Amino acid sequence: MSDHDHNHDGDGVSRRKVLECMTWAGTGVLWTIAGGVPRSLGLVGSAQAAEASASALTFLQISDSHVGFDKAANPHALATLEEAIGKIKTMPVKPSFMIHTGDITHLSKASEFDDAERIISQSRLDVHYVPGEHDFIDEEVKLYRERYGRGTKGAGWYSFDANGVHFIGLVNVVDLKAGGLGNLGTEQLAWLADDLKGRSNSQPVVVFAHIPLWSVYPTWGWGTEDGARALDLLKGFGSVTVLNGHIHQVMQKVEGNVTFHTARSTAFPQPAPGTAPSPGPMKVADDKLRSLLGTASIIFKPGDERLAIIDTPLQG
Amino acid sequence: MMFPNLRTGAIRLAVAVALATQMSVAHCEEVPVKIDNFTFEPAQLTVKVGTTVTWTNHDDIPHTVVSAGKFRSKVMDTDQTYSFTFTSAGDYKYFCSLHPHMVGMIKVE
Repeated sequence: MSDHDHNHDGDGVSRRKVLECMTWAGTGVLWTIAGGVPRSLGLVGSAQAAEASASALTFLQISDSHVGFDKAANPHALATLEEAIGKIKTMPVKPSFMIHTGDITHLSKASEFDDAERIISQSRLDVHYVPGEHDFIDEEVKLYRERYGRGTKGAGWYSFDANGVHFIGLVNVVDLKAGGLGNLGTEQLAWLADDLKGRSNSQPVVVFAHIPLWSVYPTWGWGTEDGARALDLLKGFGSVTVLNGHIHQVMQKVEGNVTFHTARSTAFPQPAPGTAPSPGPMKVADDKLRSLLGTASIIFKPGDERLAIIDTPLQG
Repeated sequence: MMFPNLRTGAIRLAVAVALATQMSVAHCEEVPVKIDNFTFEPAQLTVKVGTTVTWTNHDDIPHTVVSAGKFRSKVMDTDQTYSFTFTSAGDYKYFCSLHPHMVGMIKVE
């Protein structure tokens, strides 16, 4: 699949090489946890993924499939989701599972949820969902919960363990306050405190939610009002990774023990903060679209504490 | 001789009611608010009691308008509208429940 050379020394692949390797037009981020620190790899037929799988947990993140979206920025959002899943199916190393960080549908229609399920299930992976604001706009606000709410608390939050890693799926898209940002709420924060109680600080924690838990760009609502309270609860843990969607572009920063990362959409790109009049869908030339969907950037290597936010297109 | 007087009074009352109704009809204005680029235009609007405000979503992303305890639209997809008639004076702050940084106000006098 890839003709690139890979650096097999040390930590594995260099950032430049990984970026090169991620010129596939797919749509996910493959996460590998080794030594307690997750890092993302390209979705390529890479030797790194194969190496990692021998001793580590690998999982995939997709986000913002917006099934039902048919506007100019991408009239075929279902087709690009299908392309993404097609890429995932051909991965030489099967990930343990996938997380979907919300906005599965565009308008919460039953047909949209059905289409999403039909396509995503072709990956033959367990999928752990959290909802986006677009998944809660059916009149009775019940379709998401009927499909994905089993075993969850409140509006759909939950946790589980895999290979010694503690995963926490949070919901920050309900009960939003006028003038505010994403919202977790006191009930969910109390549950989170309880969920973390008694856990060893050395256990790696992965938190995933739709809207970024950190303040990416509050002017556009890209942040979570009480996200800092959740992060306070995670302060003692040695390795915390926060995975979000919502902003349809890759961003990452590292702050102390916490790595923050946002994934691309499989449906349409959104502009970088402040570069457009609004965060609405960004129309690009047809031959550019796939270079902005579902690509991923590695911005953090184990031991590397640099702050880094990269939203480089992966194809020219 | 009382009967014609009563009748005249009744007619006068009916005319007065009709006039009053006409006057209130005259105050029933329709005022548009555009939703564009994740903002309400105009964000602040002053109207008279009886005015109907109609919001139209021009974005490629769905929006709502919600004023706590006062009104709550369904989700408006692209080009869809929502109307609300303001029957009492007051300040109606509202926002989009999907994108809460979008806020507006209707001042009803």
